[in-house]
Parts: sequence; C-alpha cells; structure tokens
Amino acid sequence: MTRVVVIGAGLAGLVAALHLAEDGARVTVVAKGAGSLHLSPGTIDVLGYAPERVESPREAMAGFVASRPEHPYAHLADAINDALAWFVACVPRMRFVGDGEENLLLPTAVGVPRHTAFAPASMAAADLRAGGRFVAVGLSGLKDFFPRLLAENLMRAGLPGVSVSVRHAEIAASPRPGVADVAGQVYARALDEPAFRVAFAAALKAVIEPGETIVIPAVLGLAKADEVWDEMQERLGAPIAEIPTVPPSVPGMRLQRELNAALSRAGVRTILGPEAVGYQSDAGRVSHVSVREAARTRHLPADAVVLATGGFAAGGIELDSYGALHEKVFDLPVVGPPEGTPRLSARHLDHQPLMASGVAVDGACRPVGPDGNVVWPNLHAAGAGIAGAEPWREKSGEGIAIAAGYRAARAILEET
Amino acid sequence: MTHPLQDLMRDSLDHCVKCTICETYCPVAAATPLFPGPKYVGPQAERFRGIGPEADRSLDYCSSCGICTQVCPQGVHIAEINNQARAALAQDRGVSVRDKLIARPTVAGWMGAPVAPIANWTTSFGPFRVLLEKVLRIHRHAPLPKWAGRTFQNRTRSRRRAPNVRAPERQVVFFHGCAANFYEPDTAAHAIAVLEHNGLEVIVPKQGCCGLPLQSNGLYDDARAYVRKLVAQLAPYARAGHDIVATSTSCGLMLKREAREILGMDDDDLRVVSEHLYDICEYLVMLDDRGDLRTDMQPVEMTVPYHAPCQQRGHGIGTPALELMALIPGLEARQLDSVCCGVAGTYGMKVEKYDIAMEVGRGLFEQVRASGAELSVCDSETCRWQIAAATDRPSVHPVEILYRAYGLG
Repeated sequence: MTRVVVIGAGLAGLVAALHLAEDGARVTVVAKGAGSLHLSPGTIDVLGYAPERVESPREAMAGFVASRPEHPYAHLADAINDALAWFVACVPRMRFVGDGEENLLLPTAVGVPRHTAFAPASMAAADLRAGGRFVAVGLSGLKDFFPRLLAENLMRAGLPGVSVSVRHAEIAASPRPGVADVAGQVYARALDEPAFRVAFAAALKAVIEPGETIVIPAVLGLAKADEVWDEMQERLGAPIAEIPTVPPSVPGMRLQRELNAALSRAGVRTILGPEAVGYQSDAGRVSHVSVREAARTRHLPADAVVLATGGFAAGGIELDSYGALHEKVFDLPVVGPPEGTPRLSARHLDHQPLMASGVAVDGACRPVGPDGNVVWPNLHAAGAGIAGAEPWREKSGEGIAIAAGYRAARAILEET
Repeated sequence: MTHPLQDLMRDSLDHCVKCTICETYCPVAAATPLFPGPKYVGPQAERFRGIGPEADRSLDYCSSCGICTQVCPQGVHIAEINNQARAALAQDRGVSVRDKLIARPTVAGWMGAPVAPIANWTTSFGPFRVLLEKVLRIHRHAPLPKWAGRTFQNRTRSRRRAPNVRAPERQVVFFHGCAANFYEPDTAAHAIAVLEHNGLEVIVPKQGCCGLPLQSNGLYDDARAYVRKLVAQLAPYARAGHDIVATSTSCGLMLKREAREILGMDDDDLRVVSEHLYDICEYLVMLDDRGDLRTDMQPVEMTVPYHAPCQQRGHGIGTPALELMALIPGLEARQLDSVCCGVAGTYGMKVEKYDIAMEVGRGLFEQVRASGAELSVCDSETCRWQIAAATDRPSVHPVEILYRAYGLG
C-alpha cells in the first residue's frame, strides 16, 4: 500500500488526502494546526476576476491561462472540472449549487456583489443576477453584521439589467439573551436544537413582508444546518439566503466538519500540532518527513509526499531578515518578486508580489527548480504554496486548492 | 515566571492574528457562556496582565485540555500561556483546601489504600458524598476511582532492578503513574504482561507522582518539586539506555513536554527522561514497525468505540491505539469524533465545573451509548472514569484489549 504523508491541513491538503485515501493509499496528514476553513465563507471560488469580472469561469479559463503562463491554473486547467465535480460530491450535506459554467453573484456581509462558482444552497437565494426584493435581517447579539449597511450598499451597487430592492430589519432572538456579543457559532449550535428554532422563526416572521427573500447572517445551524434551513423556510414560507460573516464563519465550519467526516470514513490519519521540520532522502527520493513531536523528532516513512503548507500568509513560505524567501520543510527553490522590485503595495487589496511567492511546479504539481527540473520525483505541492496566484484579487483560492490537491493525488496514484 | 522557556511560550502570543480558530474548536466555550474562549482569555487578555488592574477571571473556567494549542495554525502556545496565567490567578486568590487536596493524588491514595474496602464504601455512600460536596466542594456525582488495596509499587517490588547498561534494549522501564498505583493496578499489570509477551523484561523502579494535578491547580512550585524527584528516580535508567514506557498519557505528556513548556523546567534529568519516554501504544507500534511485535492474536469479535483523549493527542503521535487494535482479528475499533470527555483531570470533579464537564462530554457519551458496545476504549484514566460513569459501561485502556487478544488473561 502506498504510504503518503500530506503536510498541511488546509483545503488543498485535505483534498489530496481524501482523494488518495479513497483510492486506497495509506495517508497521514500532519499539520502544525488546523487549516483556515473556519474562517472561510464556505463557497468555492474558481475565477472571479481576470482582471475584469468573470461571468463564466469555464469560458474565461483558457484566455486567463494564456495571459498568465506562470499562474497555477496554467498546470491545472484541464483537471479543474473533474476535481470540482468530485469535491462537490464528497460533501453532499453542503448542498453546493453551481456548475462552474456560470458564476453566482452573491452579496457579501457589507453588501458588495461578489462572484463565486459554487455556494451552499442556503446562500443561493440571494443570487443577485435574478434581482428581487430582499430584507436583510440582523441579529442584535451578533456584532459585525450591519443589515442597514448591507441594504444600502446593495441598493447602490447598480447592477445592470436587474432590479434589486433591499430593506433592513433586526431581531432580538438570541441563545444568550441580554448579551451584547454572541459569536456566530453560538447561534448556530443553539439552532441545531429544535427548541431555539421555534423562537427564532417567530422573531423572523414578525419582521418580513410577503414576497421578500430573507437575507440573514450565516448562522443557521452547524451539525444540522441542512435540517435547520429546510425547517426555517417551511416555517416562514419564504426563501432564506445566508450571508457569510466575518470570521469565525459558520459555513466554513460546516465544510470542515463534512470534510473531516469524509476523511475519517476514508481512513485518513490526521495529526494536528506537530510541525514538519525537514525530511530524509534515499536514492534520489524523499523517504521520510521529519516531524517535531512532544519530545522527539520522528521520521514518518513516505512513498510520496504532498506539501500543502500554504504560501507566505500561512507560513509555508518565509522571508528572512536578509530579504531571502525560503520554503520551510524542503528548502525548495522559491519564486518571488525579482531583486529590487517592490514586494508589497501600500493598499491592502492591490497587487502584492510577496503574497504570490511560492514554488514553481510541473504538470504533475511537482516543485521544479529554476532550470525547470523536478526537485524530488515523489514530492508534490498543492494549494497556496504554488507561486503565481493572488486569490484575493482573482477569487481563485478554493479552485486552486481543490484542483491542485486533486492533481497531486492523481499524479501519485498514477505513478504508484 | 522568569524562566526563558516560559518567556518563549509567552512570546508566541505575538504570532496570534486573532483568527478565532481556537475559539471555534474550544469544547468548553461551546458548552458554557462562562468561558468566552481561549483567544479571549489568552492572547487578548494577556496584554492586561501584570500591569495593574487584572483581566477578567473567566480564565478559571479553562480546563487545560490543550486543544487550542493543537489547532492554532500560527503556533501560538495558547494552552500553555493560559495555564501559566491561571496559576498566577490561583496564587493571587489563594488556592483552596479542596484544590490543594485533589492536586495530590498520593495523599488520597495513601490514605485509602490500607483501608480500601472502608474507603470505597465511604466514597460510594451518598450521604458522605453530599458531605464531601458541602465541605470540600467535590461534586457528589463526580466519578471517583476505587482503591485497589495493595499498591502497584508494593505488588512489583521484585521488579525493582538497577539500570543495566549491557542490554538496555531488552529491558524497559515501566512508568505507571498514580492512578495505576492506587486504583488500577490490573491495567498496569496487564501492560507489563503485554510487554513481556513481546520478549521484553520490565523494570518497575520506585517512582512518585509527576505533579500534573498540582500544575493544573496552580501549585507550580510543588509541581516542580514532584517532577524533580520523579525524574531523578527515572533518569539513571534513561542514561543507561532503557526506554521508559507509560500507560498514563497525561503523566507521560507531563514528562515529555508540559514540565518544560508550562513549568519552565529545563534540567538534564528531565531532558534525558523525556527523550526516552514513550506512551505504551506508541511503543508497541514502534515494535511493530521494526517487525518485533508479536501478532499471534486471537480473534476478539467486538466493535468498540475509541476516544483519543486530549492529552493523548498532545503527544503528536497520531492514534497508535487504533493501529494496534487494527491488528486484532475480528475487532473493529471506531474512533469517536467528539473531541473531549470534559473531565480534564480534576476539573470535572469540582462542584462549580461538574455540569460544564458533563456538557462538554455530552456528544461523546451519546456516541458511546449509541454504539451499543459493551465497553469503550480510551488511553487516559480520568477520562475513562468519566466516560464509564456517564455511559454506564466500562471504559478500558487499549492495552486491555491487546491483553485479551494475546490470550494472557
């Protein structure tokens, strides 16, 4: 049985682990902490801006890749449709809608329309492409969600060809009455219990008008979210759309839960806490991943390795005090901003060359050196550690993670 | 609080980006509004500590399960920082008689051992437990173990051998912990039988308490004294090259890591002991990897729920118990996805925390009951007592299943 060590427990690492284990590999995921899914909106971005708004990721992909040969998608474009179809089927309780053909257009918590390729069914009723009448409902105990801001910004968005009207309201129903700051997951866990659903639905009923779609922060249940959403729509007789909140993000927590369940069923072993600190090699191949445990460094035997430690933001790539970039586990060659060019821009969402730094890969997601040669034949990279992407500008993060994790896994399965 | 290692732990809070991942994974914050979460009481409150007005006292509800440190993607030692801050809070408030008592398992152990039948009758006698709750604030329903009479130390006097530098790899040292010494000598004896079945000689040196309950209750100076004494007893064996094998995951973790990272201890004895110390399941899997584990196992036709306790996960070794149980024909061990049983050593015994501990463990107990299995499996003793009491069926150490499969009992 092929032994694979996956380093990193973010979306890319978990996708690779799941696909490998489903195909019979013996997989160990080792990560110094949990991935950031609990912070993510629970949607799947594939391509939202290239750099102009993308209506159809599938149609736009060829042109995007042609204009950006250094982008991860240049190696992944032909894997992405299979990867996404497989992934969506792995987490059925997320009830993803979307097909990769057309982007959905969903409001953010501050009322900005945002493109995404797949979203849970519980968010889809706010798809702005169809227009509609909405009521944005805030929860008085949930800070950082402002229904008036959301409503006014959406009214100002000026979407061509559609009619959108939004008003706002607030309800006081809370699992912790009288408390000013109640986290989203506290609402969600309370709504997993049928008792609170009744009070919550009654409070919502009092503020809606016929014909409106209810837009509400995404807190409708955690373990039983599908059941909660169904029951709420039935009780209210109106469509409900969840809006992802600032972190912690309940839909991201749901996605992590569903993935964990799938990984557990597939027999993946996950070790959270110990950091991968190096490797051993034998006859030109990586033979072991060295992991710092509580008292010792252990060398986990591996026939193949997936490196999914993330890019600069997640700590997979480091900048030293001399200005040199390093990949932390294998000391792989890193592609970053050329000497003498700016690493960062002053404005947060602008082009940030440092954040796009990472390792260059071949078509099998194997890291390559400046000469284009594969560094280790049995080492593959996946996710944000691959150089050349700016997911926050392109709206491409989950697409790259899923396609690269899937491609790395397929390459390992085909080699062994 | 001036040791460099403690500063290192504390400095890691600068890596906190306030992402809230620890808060979403914290089992105590999910169970009670009294605990706002590890980030709130930790990296966030820490900047107010030691400069005048104190940060709020909700920190006292942290159970020290350590999950926050395990999940933090930035490497912040949240649990360690919070443990240290909680100790400072305890010192500031004064440590109660109850906490001083339950922090010393050897005291209750030695008091009850010679009079085990009477002691056991007393602690299972309702009116006495009500009195215990009123006087000492130990919850009347908190799971308390039963004294076994003769201590494990006493039963294993013939195994007190000196270090053997000539063939240390053939002889392993067994570190049993207080629970095995006073309450569960059979588990320890079965562990020894499993090791012997695999061709190893087992030495049981004189040994004391690791001090973990003292650390949990904020009595750091006493905890350090216990650790120093214990590692002085074990270090000569480690220096001679003997591996040290432990059945208690929490006491093992204390020696592997917590004494260093929480108590800030950094001496030669501790270092050499931690380098040679293995959890028993970790050790047996290592034997298996080398082809040295006997696999002459009889079928055990059972499906058992398995809980990897928080302190076990803190070892960072995966789940070797599952790997061992997978070797047993007929046995299917299913890992539960609930993360914590709630008891966290002495936390769930306390009258003001018992209900929280039961709520933390609720999902776990439901899964065990729903499994319909006649017993559950878990590596850590206080967790086993909690799970057994809450699910009305025994909870056993994984080595017990192995003992049965080897046909040793």
